[in-house]
Amino acid sequence: MQTNKVEHQIIMDWIGMGTTVLDLGCGDGALLVRLIDEKQVRAQGIELNEEAIHRCVARGLNVLQEDIDTGLSEYADKSFDYVVLNQTFQQVKKPDFVLKEAIRVGKKTIIVFPNFAHLSARFHLFFKGKVPVTPSLPYEWYDTPNLHFLSIADFTEYCEKRKIQIENTAFIAKNKKVRLLPNLRGEIGLFLLSQKSQTTSLF
Amino acid sequence: MKATEKHFTFAQPPNYLTLESGEKLSPVTLAYETYGELNRQKSNAVFVFHALSGDAHAAGNAPAGWWNSMIGSGKGLDTDKYFVICSNVIGGCRGSTGPSSINPRTGQPYGLDFPIVTIGDMVNAQRCLIDHLGIERLLAVVGGSMGGMQALQWMVSYPERIRSAIPIATTMKHTPQQIAFNEVGRQAIMADQKWKKGNYYGSAKPVKGLAVARMIGHITYMSDCSMASKFGRRFRVDKQPYKFGADFEVEGYLRYRGDNFVKRFDANSYLYITKAIDYFNILNGKRLGEIFKGLKAKVLVIAFRSDWLYPAYQSKEIVQACKLAGVDTTYCEINSTYGHDAFLLEIDEEADLIKHFLNTISNGGV
Repeated sequence: MQTNKVEHQIIMDWIGMGTTVLDLGCGDGALLVRLIDEKQVRAQGIELNEEAIHRCVARGLNVLQEDIDTGLSEYADKSFDYVVLNQTFQQVKKPDFVLKEAIRVGKKTIIVFPNFAHLSARFHLFFKGKVPVTPSLPYEWYDTPNLHFLSIADFTEYCEKRKIQIENTAFIAKNKKVRLLPNLRGEIGLFLLSQKSQTTSLF
Repeated sequence: MKATEKHFTFAQPPNYLTLESGEKLSPVTLAYETYGELNRQKSNAVFVFHALSGDAHAAGNAPAGWWNSMIGSGKGLDTDKYFVICSNVIGGCRGSTGPSSINPRTGQPYGLDFPIVTIGDMVNAQRCLIDHLGIERLLAVVGGSMGGMQALQWMVSYPERIRSAIPIATTMKHTPQQIAFNEVGRQAIMADQKWKKGNYYGSAKPVKGLAVARMIGHITYMSDCSMASKFGRRFRVDKQPYKFGADFEVEGYLRYRGDNFVKRFDANSYLYITKAIDYFNILNGKRLGEIFKGLKAKVLVIAFRSDWLYPAYQSKEIVQACKLAGVDTTYCEINSTYGHDAFLLEIDEEADLIKHFLNTISNGGV
């Protein structure tokens, strides 16, 4: 398993003290535990995997066994300061719908996903003619939880199209931040998003 | 672990307990057991509620308590840390005031003169017990099935008296299907000639009707899968060569369960308690988002995948209501093939969740 310390640190830096956080696909709850300890947030996790739920409960987290693809209808608009989709966005069945819901429910939304246009991925595809297996995309094509393959450029264009405000970005390669040519050199992209204030209808 | 049944009698004349129906019950006795030690601050008390056929004997051996695998030293409800209370519900027949108790006005058992009781009434009586024990705030209220209904009722009736609630395999309101199964059970009892409109005390009891009611119940507590693996289509070894005997193992099992049940349960209590369950509707005209508004307690909701009597969607409804009210909630649907009985049998996963959840509550000082 790759370390996700750097992503976690960036997310920590983006999230304010004493805020409320909803983590969609929170896994074993490692990020939420850090957020509670260091940022005193009020946290709610959502996760589908039963074993991961047990680990979250053991860590004292509030976690709901739910499928985020079915939406967040019980949550009112802007009921959390932050909604986090850390490495889950590319795994949901309906990313468009899930992101729309996340942006509705959160004042700000944080999205973290592997960049499919990273240099090593391009190398795999271009020279080997094979679907990339890289540190940020570690799965074989026949055994991957990733349902959608997108690049940093794809996502930036998508936000433009959907009139989603990109407030901040960060890109990571080999556990370090990348500033230059992120779509080529970034293995992982992090986006801090919010709803554009003047738009009445988002989609 | 030692446990002795205790009795607490309150609402002695001229006092009384006013029931939701408006009727008055006096006096009221609750049979209860406790396990573990109440700490000096009286902050470690966990109230466990039994289901339809349960009683105050939740833990301990000889005979084994109904949740013995959950309650005890080092177990899910760890009696080294917590003071666990369990009482028999009012309307019951295991030491608490119910239809088989003596009506002080007549000197005879109440029978059908016993007033209709609700889950709310059961909970009001439980609150009198924790007042008596000097407990201001329970660390947790825990129960499965009808016990889960009581946990939900505590969340609504006495939200300030609980720090957490664990409703398991339960529902906010009984559905027509659930009422229907209970009604068949009641009809079986009332169709027994020995029932005599509930006035059978001192004569032969309607054991046949009650046994059939219990058999129906047991079918709904299991799953297709658990019955198939437990019995298959196997014949009984001592199969009798006459028509309509208990040929199949499943028939023998149901008959055995039915016959055993009548030894410890009162038919009228079965009628009263199933009616209380059927009347249960925590929403009571309120909107889903209003019902738990302002609740500070943390909630752990548990459902089981093969439970078709109280399906997971009903637990999800509880979760929805908690979310709408902004209550800190954890929900887990445990993978099990035991059906509704899973809350008594699928102990490892359930105990793991409960243990860690309570750890957070007792350390967190909510």
